[in-house]
Amino acid sequence: MITETIVKEHGLAPDEYDRIKQLMGREPTLVELGIFSAMWSEHCSYKSSRRHLKSLPTKGKAVLQGPGENAGVVDIGGGLAVVFKMESHNHPSFIEPYQGAATGVGGILRDIFTMGARPIASLNSLRFGSFDNGGTRRLVEGVVAGISGYGNCIGVPTVGGEVYFNSSYNANCLVNVMTAGLVRHDRIFKGLASGVGNPVMYVGSRTGRDGIHGAVMASDVFGSGGEERRPTVQVGDPFCEKLLLEACLELFKTDHVIGIQDMGAAGLTSSSAEMAGRAGTGMEIDIGAVPRRETGMSAYEIMLSESQERMLLVVKKGSEAAVKAIFDKWDLEASVIGFVTDDKRLRIMEQGAPVADIPVAFLTDDAPSYDRPSKRPERQDTVQALDLKAIKVPDDLNGALLKLLSSGNIASKAWIYRQYDYMVRTDTVVGPGSDAAIVRIKGADNALAMTVDCNSRYCFLDPYTGAALAVAEAARNLVVSGARPLALTDCLNFGNPERPEVMWQIKEAIRGISDACVALDIPVIGGNVSLYNETSGIAVYPTPTIGMVGFVEDLRLHTTQWFKDAGDVVMLIGAWNPSIGGSEYLSVVHGLEKGILPRLDLDAEKRLQEICLAAIKAGIIKSAHDLSEGGLAVALAECCFNPQAPVGAAIEIKRDGRIDQMLFGESGASVIVSLDKAHLDELKRLCALSGVPCEVIGKVEGDSLKIGDYIALPVEKMMEEWAGSLERYLTHV
Amino acid sequence: MKFGIIVFPGSNCDHDCYHAVKHVFGCEAGFIWHKSSCLDGLDCVILPGGFSYGDYLRTGAIARFSPVMNAVQAFAKKGGLVLGICNGFQILAEAGLLPGVLMRNSGLKFICKGASLRVENNTSRFTSAYTKGQIVNIPIAHADGSYYADDDTIKLLEDSGRIAFRYCLADGSGAPDAAPNGSRADIAAILNEAGNVMGSMPHPERACEATLGQTGGRAVFESLLKGFV
Repeated sequence: MITETIVKEHGLAPDEYDRIKQLMGREPTLVELGIFSAMWSEHCSYKSSRRHLKSLPTKGKAVLQGPGENAGVVDIGGGLAVVFKMESHNHPSFIEPYQGAATGVGGILRDIFTMGARPIASLNSLRFGSFDNGGTRRLVEGVVAGISGYGNCIGVPTVGGEVYFNSSYNANCLVNVMTAGLVRHDRIFKGLASGVGNPVMYVGSRTGRDGIHGAVMASDVFGSGGEERRPTVQVGDPFCEKLLLEACLELFKTDHVIGIQDMGAAGLTSSSAEMAGRAGTGMEIDIGAVPRRETGMSAYEIMLSESQERMLLVVKKGSEAAVKAIFDKWDLEASVIGFVTDDKRLRIMEQGAPVADIPVAFLTDDAPSYDRPSKRPERQDTVQALDLKAIKVPDDLNGALLKLLSSGNIASKAWIYRQYDYMVRTDTVVGPGSDAAIVRIKGADNALAMTVDCNSRYCFLDPYTGAALAVAEAARNLVVSGARPLALTDCLNFGNPERPEVMWQIKEAIRGISDACVALDIPVIGGNVSLYNETSGIAVYPTPTIGMVGFVEDLRLHTTQWFKDAGDVVMLIGAWNPSIGGSEYLSVVHGLEKGILPRLDLDAEKRLQEICLAAIKAGIIKSAHDLSEGGLAVALAECCFNPQAPVGAAIEIKRDGRIDQMLFGESGASVIVSLDKAHLDELKRLCALSGVPCEVIGKVEGDSLKIGDYIALPVEKMMEEWAGSLERYLTHV
Repeated sequence: MKFGIIVFPGSNCDHDCYHAVKHVFGCEAGFIWHKSSCLDGLDCVILPGGFSYGDYLRTGAIARFSPVMNAVQAFAKKGGLVLGICNGFQILAEAGLLPGVLMRNSGLKFICKGASLRVENNTSRFTSAYTKGQIVNIPIAHADGSYYADDDTIKLLEDSGRIAFRYCLADGSGAPDAAPNGSRADIAAILNEAGNVMGSMPHPERACEATLGQTGGRAVFESLLKGFV
C-alpha cells in the first residue's frame, strides 16, 4: 500500500503520483515507485529545464555526438575524436566533501570511458562560501582532498579549473568536474540495448546500500540538518575504477560490446531504462543475479543503490565468457543479469516473479516536463543601480591592486592544484595557472586546449549577459592559448526552479549561452543541470559553468599568458570598454556587488578572437592574456608572473576617465599581448583589416610593474601577495 | 637495450615510462603483467608510479607480494637493472630491495610540482650522464614520499655514495626544509649496495621532452643507455 507519506518521501508531487497511477492503470509496487521517483527526479529527467535546453545550438560539422548520450563527441581529424562532458556533484559534496567530490570525479570519468575513450585530462570548477564563513575551510580542504585522492589514483591529470569564493555559496558549495578523453571514430560506444535476446551484463564493483536515492536527494533543497543525509552519499574506490577503466578499454578493442552505460545517478534503474529507451527495446533483469556486497538487500535497494564503479553492458550473444575473462584478469565482477526484450518494458524479476514491470517510455520520454512560471525578480533593478559618484577612487591605488591580487578569487590557486597530479600521462604542455590548459596528443603535432569559466556575480546581476560573457570568456581563454574552440559542455547550477525568480535566471542564462554559441559558432555537445542549490530559501548565485575544448593545430604555436622577454611591446587589442559594475574591484575594495555588467558585444568578440588566433598561428605573438576579474591592472600583473622568470612592464594608459575604472574595470572582447617589435606592423595590419582596435600600451622591462603615475610595484612584492594568500587563509588556525 | 615495464593493478605511470624509453629514447620496451614471472631477455625492469592496489593498507605493501616480485628479486640478484619510480620505489622498499621506508609527506598532503635536485652520485648505472653536484629539475607527485631510515642506514647510504639525488633549493643550497616532503637527509633517490637498483621519488620519465617544459630526467635514461653501447 503506497501512502501519501511514502509518495512524499520519494520526492514526488501528488499530481505526479496520480499521473503514475494513470499511466500504469494501477497502483505501482514499491519497487516501481522507487524507479519512477528516480527517473522522474529533476536530476534524471531535467523536468524543469528540458524544454528550455532545446533552444541551445547543438549542431556543428565536427560534432559526432551531441547531447543525449553519456558524453558529447567532436571530430579532431586524423580519425580521432575528443569526448568530453561536465557534471556537478554539489549536494553530496556539501554533505560529505571528500566522498562527494571524489565520486563526482569518478562519475564523470566513467561517462567518458563508457564512450570508448581513454580519459586524458580533468578540470574542475569549485565554488565555496566566503572566507569569513565558518564552514568554508573544511569544505575546501575536503573537496580538494577528494578530487586529489580519486583523480591522482586513477592517473588522469587534473590540468586546470577555477575556484571562487562568495557568500552566496555559504550553505551550498558547487563542485563541477569535467573530463575529456580521446577515441578513434570507429571505436565510439554508446548506451544502446540493441538486439533482442542479447545478454545484459553487470561489471565492476558489487552493489551495496550506499547512495540509495542520491538522485532524489540531489533534486531537493537543503533545510537545516542537511548533514543528516550522509547515507545518500556514495563512497568511492578509485582503485576499483582504475581497474574498471583498464578492463573496459581492453574490452573495447574486441567486438563483443553492443552498448554500455555507467551506473551513475539512479544506478541500475537509469542505466537499464535509458539503454532500452535509446534503442527502442525492453529489458528484463533478474535481481538475484546482481552481485551484492551485503546480504539481505531488497530489489528496491538494489535498483536504487548508487554504489560506484559499476557499468551495465549489452554484449553479443555468445560473448559472455570472453567478456568475463577480461574482467577476471582485472579481478572484477562480471555477471549476466538479464537480456534485451522486444516488448519495450523494463521488467525486474525476483525469484521468478516480476516486482516491477514498466513500459520504458513512461520512465524516459513520458517523464514530466514543466514550463514553470518565471518572473524577473524585483530586486534586479536595485542590484543593477550603481551610483559611480558615490564610489570613491582609492587614494592608494597600489594598495588596491595588492588587495585584489591577494583576494580569494584572483589569488594563485597553487595551494589547491599542487595537490592534483597535473602531469601524469606526460601530455600536459600547459598545466594549471594559465588561461587554458594544453594537453598534447602523442604521435601527432597538435593538442587540445581546455578551460572552465563562469563569473557568477555577473550572472546574478544579469543572467543573460553573464552567461553569454561566460561563453565568450571561455572561448577567449582558448584562443589566447592558440586554440580554435571546438564545442562546449555546460553545467547549469541554480536554486529552486519552483520559485519564479530562479526559473527566470535559468531561462535567461540558457538564452545567453545560446546567443553566444550562435554568434561564436560553438555548439553545445552535452551538459548537466543541477537545481535546488539552495538552503532555507537562499539560492546560490546563478552559475552556468562553461567547459570548453579547443584544438591547437600546431603545438609549437601555442601561447601562454606570461611576458617572455624584456624589450617586447605590450599591446591591448579589442574593444576595451572597462566597467566598474559587477567588478571584482567593486566587490573587494568597496564591498559592493552591484551595477551594470561590461558590455556584451559578440560581434567584436568574434573579430577579436579571429585576429588573436591568426596572429598566434602566424607566430608573431609571444604571450596573450585574457582580461577578466580585476581588469587591466590585474591582467598585467598576471602577465608579469612568469613562473620561469618573473619580469616587469612599463605601461601607459592613454584613455580619459576615472583611473580606477581604467585600472580595475572589467571588459569583454579584449586581450593583452606581447610581441617582438619587429612584428608590430604586421599585427597592426591584421587588426586594421578586421577593424579590431589595437594600441601599444607599453613594453616589457625591469622588475616592477609601472602603470603611468598610478601604479609602481615590484613584481616580487605582488607575487608574494598573490601566491601566498590562499594558503595563509586556509592553513591559519 | 630492452626495457620491461611492470603493470601492477593500479599502476598509472606505466604508459609514461613506456613512452619515454620507446619513443623518446628509441629502445625496445614491453609491458609485464604483475602475475607474470618471466623477465627473460630484459636489460632493465621499471616499476612505474601509480597506486598499486590503491595504496590500501600501506603504499607498496600489497604489490610486493605480486608474483612478478619474486622474478624481480632474482633479476636484481643476478645484476639486472631495476628502476623504481615513485610507487615503484615504495614497492622496492617494501620488498627489501632498497633500505628504508617512504612515509606520509610531512605536510600530510599530496604534492605535485617541479623539484630541484642535486646529483650526489654520478658514477652509478642510473646517473653517470649527470655531473656531480649538478642541479636538475625533475617533478614529484606523491603523498607518501618522505624517506625514513635509521641513523646507521642513513650514514651507510651517505658513506657508500648510495644517495643518488637529494632535494635542494633552486640555487642548489640545502636548507632545513629543502625536502618538500620531509625526507631524512633530503633524500630523493637511493641505490642498492650493488648499484643496479635505484628507487626515485621524482619522476624522470616526466622530464624527458622540452615540449613538456622539463628535461632534467633525460640523463637517467641516457646513463642507462651509456652502459649498453
